[in-house]
Amino acid sequence: MAFSMHAPVQARPEERRQALDDIDLPEGELPGSLAEIYEKSGIPEVFARLDRDLIGLAPVKGRVREIASLLIVDKVRRQLGLTAEPPTLHMSFTGNPGTGKTTVAMRMAQILHQLGYIRTDRLVAVTRDDMVGQYIGHTAPKTKEILKRAMGGVLFIDEAYYLFRPENERDYGAEAIEILLQIMENQRDDLVVVVAGYADKMAKFFTANPGFRSRVAHHIDFPDYGAAELLEIGELMLARQNYRFDAKARAAFADYVKIRMNQPHFANARSIRNALDRARMRQAIRLFQEKDKPLTKESLTTIQEGEIRQSRVFRGGIEGWPEGVPDAQGAGQPGMEK
Amino acid sequence: MPMTQGTFSFLPDLTDEQIRAQVKYCFDNGWAVNIEYTDDPHPRNTYWEMWDLPMFDLADPAGVITELEACKKVFPNHYIRISAFDSTAGWESLRISFIVNRPKEEPGYHLERNETHGRTVQYTLRPYATQKPAGQRY
Ligand SMILES: Nc1ncnc2c1ncn2[C@@H]1O[C@H](COP(=O)(O)OP(=O)(O)OP(=O)(O)O)[C@@H](O)[C@H]1O
Ligand SMILES: [Mg+2]
Repeated sequence: MAFSMHAPVQARPEERRQALDDIDLPEGELPGSLAEIYEKSGIPEVFARLDRDLIGLAPVKGRVREIASLLIVDKVRRQLGLTAEPPTLHMSFTGNPGTGKTTVAMRMAQILHQLGYIRTDRLVAVTRDDMVGQYIGHTAPKTKEILKRAMGGVLFIDEAYYLFRPENERDYGAEAIEILLQIMENQRDDLVVVVAGYADKMAKFFTANPGFRSRVAHHIDFPDYGAAELLEIGELMLARQNYRFDAKARAAFADYVKIRMNQPHFANARSIRNALDRARMRQAIRLFQEKDKPLTKESLTTIQEGEIRQSRVFRGGIEGWPEGVPDAQGAGQPGMEK
Repeated sequence: MPMTQGTFSFLPDLTDEQIRAQVKYCFDNGWAVNIEYTDDPHPRNTYWEMWDLPMFDLADPAGVITELEACKKVFPNHYIRISAFDSTAGWESLRISFIVNRPKEEPGYHLERNETHGRTVQYTLRPYATQKPAGQRY
């Protein structure tokens, strides 16, 4: 290789820490206690971060902890030579729009990697279009390509039910599902599949594809958020973008949340994010109107009451929807608020 | 006589574990990994067939191993090699290539000496296998 004219130096992707694999248990010897291993593993950090970044979602976090316990026990057993098949970790996330399914799925790759269950923390997120082809012979290579890219990590199929179109018997979705099922069964240690979607459609999908259902070991349901949680999520989102409410704005936003969450087309945390985006816009407008005032860091970061109260929600409308449409029951699809 | 070429060609054939490690090394360097096969073992044969497409956006060797297994299933008795292409400016060429599958029996090569003017000898290497038509060789 000495003959290269200018060999570029390429940084090798840093090997990430695999918490569980860091602990060396002496071969064939029983460790003191599970608590000891748990403390040493760096997994508590992972959970602390999860708690910090995601408000609420107790049942979801609980399930993740259960999975972690399983993997830790599995690891200890293996060290003692008590072999067993690696557990199946394919998962299904169901819940209403904006309840954090996609967000948690994205996290899943990091968590499972830290737990030493998968080899990379890569997550490949796909929808029907990425897997299903348009003509005969198009689907298999497409699906396989995706599967290969995701191997070693997590394949996340959002709105998985669109893979399956029972009304069209020539649909190529079935072919994609077939290939997927094969890999899910035969290469369990190469790939974790997470599917997500709305509960009712997901249930229908699983009924029509029992093979799929039986390969998914963990069904996790994402509950809707309560008003207090939504407020907290809002504040967290703001803080991440270096904004904050002043006291009155906070109270106004609490009112806003209470009204908005009972209106149609409410998409949980996503509606909160959208509301905050609009508040930021109004803040910018206000700052411009007072443009002769000297700027301070304070004024640039503070959202005031007016920015919230201006919302149409306080006048019986729904933000982000054209006048007139809002009360039409079920006129929109869940998630349309994107 | 086993045909040898490419990286580690003087070592025994790579084990599955070693192949994985090599592929991982390639991906860690950002190279695209290819699977190629042929039934013409001549050292000057550069026209190997490609199995599927180059794989460049993979994080883990499992995808390559899956394709390799599929290729072996179709061509259990062919030569199969893995190569990796480096697209960075200044390289833009193969960086590594190694054999990952070979026929069960390799009859070897016939060396033909052709005496020409004076006492000059020209050498020609002919794989015994290529005396048969492609597809019927191994
Ligand atoms: N518990 C939470 N804490 C903080 N932010 C959250 C939480 N849940 C969701 N979010 C935020 O809300 C937004 C929407 O979440 P996400 O996209 O994960 O919802 P989803 O369930 O996938 O929705 P859909 O079903 O419509 O695709 C994201 O910006 C996410 O960061
Ligand atoms: Mg989503």
